[in-house]
Amino acid sequence: MSVNGVWAYAVIGGDATEDRIAGLRGVAGESVRAVAAGGVAAAVGTVELGEFGENALRRNLEDLDWVAAKARAHDAVITAISKSGPVIPVRMATVYLDDTHVARLLEDRRDDFMAALHRVAGREELGVKAYADLKSLMEQADSATQEGENGSGTAYLLRRRRQLTSQQEAYRVAAEEAEHIHAALLKHAVDGKRKPATDRSLSGRDGWMVLNGTYLVEQGVVGLFRETVAVLDLSTARINLELTGPWPPYSFAGDMS
Amino acid sequence: MTIGDDSLVPRGGGALASPQPANLADILERVLDKGIVIAGDIQVNLLDIELLTIKLRLVVASLDTARQVGIDWWEHDPWLTGKSSKLQIENERLRERIEQLESGDGERRAIRRRSAEFEDER
Repeated sequence: MSVNGVWAYAVIGGDATEDRIAGLRGVAGESVRAVAAGGVAAAVGTVELGEFGENALRRNLEDLDWVAAKARAHDAVITAISKSGPVIPVRMATVYLDDTHVARLLEDRRDDFMAALHRVAGREELGVKAYADLKSLMEQADSATQEGENGSGTAYLLRRRRQLTSQQEAYRVAAEEAEHIHAALLKHAVDGKRKPATDRSLSGRDGWMVLNGTYLVEQGVVGLFRETVAVLDLSTARINLELTGPWPPYSFAGDMS
Repeated sequence: MTIGDDSLVPRGGGALASPQPANLADILERVLDKGIVIAGDIQVNLLDIELLTIKLRLVVASLDTARQVGIDWWEHDPWLTGKSSKLQIENERLRERIEQLESGDGERRAIRRRSAEFEDER
């Protein structure tokens, strides 16, 4: 006998709920359905605790392929719902005992949810990553202090010290650039956050990630925001920008207390 | 519709390029790290999500595949900690130096070989 749980995808407003989730399938291939209460609703799916219960999750979360598939499925449901209106994404792997618990939660925190929905309505999240070519930054810093060289040990030590200095200098310049880019993007955003940098091994990108920013942007300004990213990308020779999105407001709907 | 199909999630990739499918690292970064955490009456006790993601990060960090998909966003900014990045730069510089030395050595061998050939001709 299998025991079921309720996997939560998102909280949405109480209007046209069924239309917004019609035809969506979730992490277990199940039909996404709505639990409505207190004027808001949760998009949920019935999942077997054999795969999504505590013990199963402990096991499955160590299987990267499983995590990848479920993360994509979770995100796809939220993204699809976000096309038709404001959505509060729920963090992956939030599982309830049954619908009654979900409904009680919606009622209890109705005001918070309403406020969060209001905050993200008509806005999109855009990610901007900046990669610095530290090697060329270092060469620049290095050449600035260039001097005559010979093969002596002293010359080696001098060269070595200069390399270390130019490294520091390159980090400093890159950090400054990142700060500048972030500030420039914030001018076109409702809000913005800097997240920890992703390792350089990400998707084989060459260069150091000096900025991992994410921004909440008014839908009408998204075009301008994109242009700003493109201009910044072209104006800074040793920094390359990468834009992702629009995303559902993952990084901004959670600011409710 | 099929959920989880990359082609249905056209976004991301490059400031100027046309939208690409979102990569896994970008998705994980958001679905695991962001989104509201609803505390309280949750069936799965483990879903003290903070704990869960920390555990997941540790697990993921130990996998080789993690590096391939780049899910180690929790590493701190390289210029703040400086540690791994400086080591990597150091490493690259040393590797370049070795390559230079080896290629220099190669040239010398080539010269020696040429002079030997010259002597043979005589």
